[in-house]
Amino acid sequence: METNENNDHDEATSAHAGETSPATGSTSGHDGARASSNSDEGELYGVLAEFDSPGALVKAARKVKDAGYGDFDCYSPFPVHGIDEAMGIKRTILPVLVFCGGITGTFLGFLLQWYCNASAWQWNVAGKPVWSIPANVPIGFETTILLSVFTTFFGMWILNKLPQVWHPFFRLDRFTKVTDDGFMLGIEAKDGRFDAVETKKLLESAGAIAVEECYLDASPANTKMPMFIYGVIICTTALALVPFALVYKARASHSKDPHYHIFGDMDFQAKVKSDQYNDLFADGRSNRGEISGTIPRGWLNDDTSYAQGLENGAWITSFPTSVEVSRDLLRRGKQRYEIYCSPCHGVDGRGAGMVAVRSQKIGQGILPRNLVDPGAGVITQPNGQLFNTISNGNNTMMGYGAQIPVADRWAIVAYVRALERSQFAAGTDLTDAERSAAMGATP
Amino acid sequence: MPKAWFIALGVALVLASIGAYCIYHVVMTGIGAWGNNNSVGWAWDITNFVWWIGIGHAGTLISAILYLMRQQWRTSINRAAEAMTIFAVMCAGIFPIIHTGRPWLAWWMIPHPNDMQMWPQFRSPLMWDVFAISTYATTSILFWYMGLVPDLATFRDRSKTKLKQAIYGVLALGWRGSARQWHRYERAYLILAALSTPLVLSVHSVVSFDFATSLNPGWHTTIFPPYFVAGAIFSGFAMVMTLMIPARYLFGLKHIIKAEHIEAMCKVTLATGMMVGFAYSVEFFIAWYSGSEYEQFTFINRSTGPFWWSWLSMVTCNVIVPQFFWFKKCRTNPWIIIVLCLLINVGMWFERFVIIATSLSRQFLPSSWSYYWPTKYDVGVFIGTMGLFLTLFLLFIRFLPAVAISEVKNTLPEAHAGKDH
Repeated sequence: METNENNDHDEATSAHAGETSPATGSTSGHDGARASSNSDEGELYGVLAEFDSPGALVKAARKVKDAGYGDFDCYSPFPVHGIDEAMGIKRTILPVLVFCGGITGTFLGFLLQWYCNASAWQWNVAGKPVWSIPANVPIGFETTILLSVFTTFFGMWILNKLPQVWHPFFRLDRFTKVTDDGFMLGIEAKDGRFDAVETKKLLESAGAIAVEECYLDASPANTKMPMFIYGVIICTTALALVPFALVYKARASHSKDPHYHIFGDMDFQAKVKSDQYNDLFADGRSNRGEISGTIPRGWLNDDTSYAQGLENGAWITSFPTSVEVSRDLLRRGKQRYEIYCSPCHGVDGRGAGMVAVRSQKIGQGILPRNLVDPGAGVITQPNGQLFNTISNGNNTMMGYGAQIPVADRWAIVAYVRALERSQFAAGTDLTDAERSAAMGATP
Repeated sequence: MPKAWFIALGVALVLASIGAYCIYHVVMTGIGAWGNNNSVGWAWDITNFVWWIGIGHAGTLISAILYLMRQQWRTSINRAAEAMTIFAVMCAGIFPIIHTGRPWLAWWMIPHPNDMQMWPQFRSPLMWDVFAISTYATTSILFWYMGLVPDLATFRDRSKTKLKQAIYGVLALGWRGSARQWHRYERAYLILAALSTPLVLSVHSVVSFDFATSLNPGWHTTIFPPYFVAGAIFSGFAMVMTLMIPARYLFGLKHIIKAEHIEAMCKVTLATGMMVGFAYSVEFFIAWYSGSEYEQFTFINRSTGPFWWSWLSMVTCNVIVPQFFWFKKCRTNPWIIIVLCLLINVGMWFERFVIIATSLSRQFLPSSWSYYWPTKYDVGVFIGTMGLFLTLFLLFIRFLPAVAISEVKNTLPEAHAGKDH
């Protein structure tokens, strides 16, 4: 599709060039197409010369530069080889900017990851260090590339002073050829050496097939931005602020309305929950009690001291007879304690577990109890009560009966006692012989 | 031409609507609508994701790597290939986002201060994916747009109606082809090409890390990054040819996209196909050489287990089919090329399916072994992304310069007249 148009256009422009080139050899280059708009032309912006080939353009550029002009530029549909040197264009600073952008990207990428995972939220994954460089290299690499790309792309347009959709040369019909098959050189009137006659002569002697003057638009109506564009800009800006305003309103106000249920079947599932009303049963309850006279398999707890820590309605202070306190039991208790209890109560039992530390940091939640300090009132409780707390929970702590088998609960009780002993032992806990042996060992 | 174009667009839109409906259904009911199950948690969705990303990589290879290697024939196809990259990445992105199960919370993956005081876990390869893919999409779009600007200026100056002039005028940013602008433009183009080259290699490496950093037999291998990159280029070139061969007939581009360009692409496909075949054999060798019974079982199971048919399709399409490109007749006959390229795309899809489904359906625990079969929603979403891709590509080829005009001009002999030698 484009190709066909292209062919047509080539013929049209070559015919056009044929008409104008002899006519403009000596005159000022105002051909018929522009004559009508002469009346509203104001100040002279510069002159534009057309050349018939990239080679001619390069030669002309060299000549113009040698004549001492600075405010001139060449225009071509593709980058012409050798023109940089002919025009004396200095190497662009862009690569240096990109390098700086890339280094910034590396730095920011690692800083982001360090902040998220090693500072703001030190998430313990299988005991691995919170900050380990190799895992952070891929993202550091990507941010390096991303910022380099941004610097290249936006830096190039800013250095080129684009976007600038309007330019005096766009007023010339001839200039539209520059993105197709035209090779042009424009000298601006603000150049110190510019002279309306001499400059044109120079361009003609450099081999221009046409030289044309370019005037700024005289009528203020045409040089100002149309009012509707202001309107569009103001409206878009106002509309773009609406979402932010809504978010701000939502954050700054309270509402008693239920939130929107976009995914209804996820919020309201077709199932009965335990506390819901239910037509199926006479008592209207969904939650069904146990059938009288039956218990689930394995729930026959006739040894209450073992299953509940109770004997004759009082907490037992020792261990049940079936629990043998041994080194193996303590080892088992330590392992279970560190899985189930240490996240909140801490490995040393003083209440500074990972969850507790985090909840204090974000100012939410309450501190878990210190299990081992006799002054905190936990370790002074009888064994049966400790066992009961593990099984059924206490205050905000939930019961762990469902997760931890009875035998392991007793192992944890034993280990908590050991934790207390290891940290709060008094001198009187030792026998005289042990004390003197310990005193003798330390000079 | 427009008639064929409208028919093609109609078909593409129908496919895209099927996909839109299936995506709607999957999002509203949850990804249980897919065939994924407890054992095969990644299936068609991730297969399609990797497949589309791979398709996209050929575009960057053509626009950046071949540019750095000064392969001038690339100018005839680079614009279309870059567009293909962008559209393929868009299609790829759909899958992991739906796969999260709650796509409306996908923005949680972007690190930002929030009420929950949660931050992304950057040691997860899935986060690496987020950064790699979004960087890749951004870079591809900027690179593509930068290349378009001088051609959009041509469109602006050639447009007859005010509306077109205004639209193309704004998009062209006021480009006027000045030598001082060209100078910085060419530098920027070179830099972007140099940045895209390591980027494209990193993107598919990161995608392969999703698998390679796991402990799953069949995934846990160091060969994955180069193997994935070679496969990406292989499938991408096949896709470029699948698109460009009909395009050069429909749009009369035969004098620009020449037969020798197609032949060069066939040769690249053959070379990368051989690399992929080599990687398959190395995988088997390493499984044997490792002495790990799980690795060995995985690879024997791949070729002879319940998914033997997908393994056979993969080997046939990716190892045997490209061998036809040794013959000049196969590299020059458009019908043969199209058929071979379609087969290669099928084969590369199966490669990802084989890696994902066979490894997950037979993990360490035999009680979790299972089979996988897609539902109509798996198929529908995949068809939908093809429709989306085709729609975007057809719109692109109609309304934007599908061939890089200024770059093609730059390769003509006249462009070098300025040089004195």
